[in-house]
Formats: sequence, structure tokens, C-alpha cells
Amino acid sequence: MSRYSALRIVREAMRRHAGWGRAWGSPEPRRRYKVVIVGAGGHGLATAYYLGRNYGITDVAVLEKGWLGGGNTGRNTTIIRSNYLQDPSAAIYEKSRALYEDLSQELNFNVMFSPRGVMMLAQTEHEVRGYKRTVQANALQSVATEWIGPERVKELCPIIRIDGPRYPVLGAHWQPRGGTARHDAVAWGYARKCSEMGMHIVERCAVTGVRTEGGRVQGVETSRGSIDCESLCLVVAGHSGELAQMAGFRLPIESVPLQALVSEPIKPCMDVVVMANTVHGYMSQSDKGEMVIGGGTDGYNAYTQRGSFHHIEETVRALVETFPMLSRLKVLRQWGGIVDMTGDRSPIIGRAPVRGIYLNCGWGTGGFKAIPGSGWATAELVATGASGPLAADFGLERFREGRFIDESVAAGVAH
Amino acid sequence: MLTLRCPCCGVLADETELAPGGTAHLRREGPEASDEAFEAYMFLRDNPRGVHFERWRHAFGCGKWFHAARCTVTNEVFGTYPAQTAAPPEEVLEAIRRRRPEWER
Ligand SMILES: Cc1cc2nc3c(=O)[nH]c(=O)nc-3n(C[C@H](O)[C@H](O)[C@H](O)COP(=O)(O)OP(=O)(O)OC[C@H]3O[C@@H](n4cnc5c(N)ncnc54)[C@H](O)[C@@H]3O)c2cc1C
Ligand SMILES: [Zn+2]
Repeated sequence: MSRYSALRIVREAMRRHAGWGRAWGSPEPRRRYKVVIVGAGGHGLATAYYLGRNYGITDVAVLEKGWLGGGNTGRNTTIIRSNYLQDPSAAIYEKSRALYEDLSQELNFNVMFSPRGVMMLAQTEHEVRGYKRTVQANALQSVATEWIGPERVKELCPIIRIDGPRYPVLGAHWQPRGGTARHDAVAWGYARKCSEMGMHIVERCAVTGVRTEGGRVQGVETSRGSIDCESLCLVVAGHSGELAQMAGFRLPIESVPLQALVSEPIKPCMDVVVMANTVHGYMSQSDKGEMVIGGGTDGYNAYTQRGSFHHIEETVRALVETFPMLSRLKVLRQWGGIVDMTGDRSPIIGRAPVRGIYLNCGWGTGGFKAIPGSGWATAELVATGASGPLAADFGLERFREGRFIDESVAAGVAH
Repeated sequence: MLTLRCPCCGVLADETELAPGGTAHLRREGPEASDEAFEAYMFLRDNPRGVHFERWRHAFGCGKWFHAARCTVTNEVFGTYPAQTAAPPEEVLEAIRRRRPEWER
């Protein structure tokens, strides 16, 4: 596959763009691979990429039942930040954020990483105390964040109303190098590199069964035949429960819809990401000019991939109070993804109860930001059979042992 | 919008009138439980893609808890039943089998 460059664009422009070719191959699956990864979302693809890049393992297939990036990776609101409270979270999310900084160069694919700054508004006294504490924790973790007052909030984001009657803005937790990236491009960029290394990305290939023998994985049954493997890595987000059931175990995960929406496009009016966690709403402006809006999860387990309308209403109602100008905008599109919520709202990277099966799941409402770091850590786990320092605390056994990484209490909401 | 018939007061309630209460029929483990048993009760879930037994509260109505059997893929409701039971009643299981012949508990 040839390199993308400015020169290349000029050259292609002169020959009617006839020479671009496919970014990744579309092979028939082989009957056997060393590593089979289920799920071609960001995490599955990044795991494959770092297996090749860091460990030289390229006998890898990534099996995807739909289309590449069509799960939560292509449905999320793309917020990237690493200002978590707990040390293990800060470590893996900051590793990930740092990898995002030059991911476009690394992948030779423009992922449009935009470190425009993320602010988490404090709108109650409780949040003020919580965020000031997190700023201190971040200083110890070498994550650059600061506490800013309401005037600075207004300066950075003039469309915010800071003196609202119910929830005035009392300050914010500000991460200047947080931001957004183009979600599809992250999946496409990794896929292109994996394909270049000779890995197989097989779309429209649903895994329907997991074969085990004597407590060890043998392979998978798929809609395109049976495939053997040495190691099997399950990276299917909201569908983790289903795959676990196929392999004969249960997970501390429940699947619920999470929705988002965009407004009609308008002129640039906001060049930061704002999260208002007390009222459950967050917003950024896309390069096309749409206001990208998300809220909290739906209330009950579902695989419907659309969610309940009243949650959208609640999110918008809350945001209109803090951003009065929104009341004049029309909603252009609304959609949902199925997110995998764990008991402590932290992800799972580790071995499954069946030998040879590895898990990467439980990213819930906030795993887009984690794609590079998570792929890095999961590749280490699959390649060496043991978790490295980034993933060590995220194993499945923490639920039995009571060693939670409790971001649900720490942050209130995710993303 | 999802609607459920509250078996306590008989009202057909919109989901905005109800509070979801998670998976039903979990057996609570006490202080003597093993770590495995407590983990299973507290965290491990079937999380089915299909028939799900769950708890609801008629929060903005009679205020009472009840149970429902619902499909997590289509949101079809197979039936609702009172909270004072450790297992779904036979008529609800019947209703599920009629609609999902391949389903097994
Ligand atoms: C509305 C919304 C907003 C969000 N906002 C943010 C945000 O602002 N910031 C952030 O960091 N995160 C956010 N997230 C979370 C983020 O999107 C996810 O954590 C992340 O994308 C998960 O990536 P993944 O690769 O694990 O899963 P996915 O991208 O869902 O990929 C899993 C893949 O597995 C495939 N699959 C499932 N079952 C099978 C099978 N049986 N056989 C083969 N393939 C199968 C699926 O088709 C899917 O493509 C948001 C999520 C949603 C839904
Ligand atoms: Zn009632």
C-alpha cells in the first residue's frame, strides 16, 4: 500500500484520482491464525496493530460481523481526555492521549486529533471539591490539568451562561491537551496499517460460537466457516456478554444504550469541549459546524441501538440551560450505541476464565479516548500471556478480590 | 416509548412514569458467602440478548416494585408480575415460549 502525502494528492488530482486503491484488503478468511480478534472496532484494530508493531506478530485475523468501525467506535462523540482520579486510569488514559498526539504521523492517516482543550464544569459545591481533588491527583500522575474559575470558563467558551438560576458555573477542571479526533479515521487508519502488515480484516463475518477443549480455546465458529486459533481476543464492547456466553462464562457487564445527537451546522462558535456532568450533558462543535451533543446512558439493559427518546429530551433540556443559544437550533440526527458497563465503571483487560482467551471490554461510555493505549496494553497481554504495568490493575479478578478502580464514584459520569 | 402494565395498581404506565431496577431474581449473599458467590451475586450478569427478567418501580404512580419479562432486542414485553416471588410465574413463561419457541431459561 502506498504512502499518503501532499505530493500524492497533487499527483492523484492530475490523473482523476484513479490511483488511490483500497485502504485495506478484503480477504477470504483462512482456516487458521495464531491470533483471532473478534470485533473490528477501534480497540480490536489497535490491539492487532500493536501486536504487529511491538511484537512482530502478524498472523492475525480481525473478525467483524458488520462493517469496520460500525459499532461504538463510529457512533461516539469523540472526547479525548485523561483527567481521571484513580492512578491506574490516569496511567492508561494518559498513555492513550499521548499516543493520539502523533497518531496521524504514526499511521500515515489523518485522524484529525484536535487537542482543543476539555473542560468539565463544576456546577455544585460537591463538584468543586471533587475536581479540585482530581487536579491535585493529576499533578501527582503527571497529567497536565488545572482548576479554573468561572471568568476563565466564560473567556474560553463565550456561549456558556455562567450565572444560570439552578446550576451556576462555579469553575471547571480544565485539560488543555484534551480534545477530539475523527472516530472513523482512527478505525480506518489502524485497519490500513494492519492490512499492510499482512493481517486479515474480515468484515461481514459474525462469530457464532467459541470452541474449547479441556478448558482451552481451540477456535471459533463464524458465519464464514470455522477458524482455529492459538489465542482468541474478545473485543466486542456491548456484545461481550454474548461472546462470553458462547465461551461458557459470565462477565460483570451489562449492556445499555447510550445516545448522541448533532444539531444543524452553524458558524464556528465553540472551540473547546465542554462537559456538564451534574446535568448529564456534554458538547463540542464538529469541523462541519454541527454541535455534537451527548448525555447519560439509558436506564435499562437493551441491544436496540437507538434508545429511549426521553433521554435525548433530558440531555437537551439540561444543556439549553447552560447554553441558551442552543434553543434556536434544530436537531439533525440522533443515534445510539450499546455500551458495556462494568460494576466499577472501569474497563477489563485481562485473561478470561478459559485458557487462551483474552478480554478487552467494559469501556462503557468512555473508550474512544482509550483506543491507542488499550491496544498497546492488550497487545502486550496477548503477545506475552501476562499483563504489563498499564493493564495489571484492570484484570477480571478485581471484582472477586474487591480491588475496584472506582471511577463511577470518582467522576460521576464518564466519556 | 416502552409501556408496562403495573400489576399492583393496573395502570398501563409509560417508561417516564417508571424507574428501572435492574436484573430480577438475584439471590442475595450474606456475610458468610464465599468470594466467588458474592462476586456472582454482586457483579456477574447473564446480560442476555433476548428475554430478560427485570425489576421496575412504579415511581410516579402507586410507588410499588414489580417484575417484567422483556426482550432486550425488540423491547417486546411478555408480561409483568408482582414483586413477591423468587421466580417468574408459569403464565409469563408460557407467554415467552409462545413468542420465542427456541428460548430456554
Ligand atoms: C453515543 C456514544 C458516545 C460516546 N462518546 C464517547 C466519547 O465522547 N469519548 C470516549 O472516549 N468514548 C465515547 N464513547 C464510548 C466509545 O465509543 C466506546 O467505548 C469505544 O468505541 C469502544 O470501542 P470497541 O472497539 O471496544 O467497540 P466497538 O466499536 O463497538 O466494536 C466492537 C465490534 O464488535 C463487533 N461484534 C460484536 N459482536 C460480534 C460477533 N459476534 N462477531 C463479530 N463481530 C462482532 C461489532 O459489530 C463492533 O463493530 C461513546 C459511545 C457512544 C455509544
Ligand atoms: Zn402501580
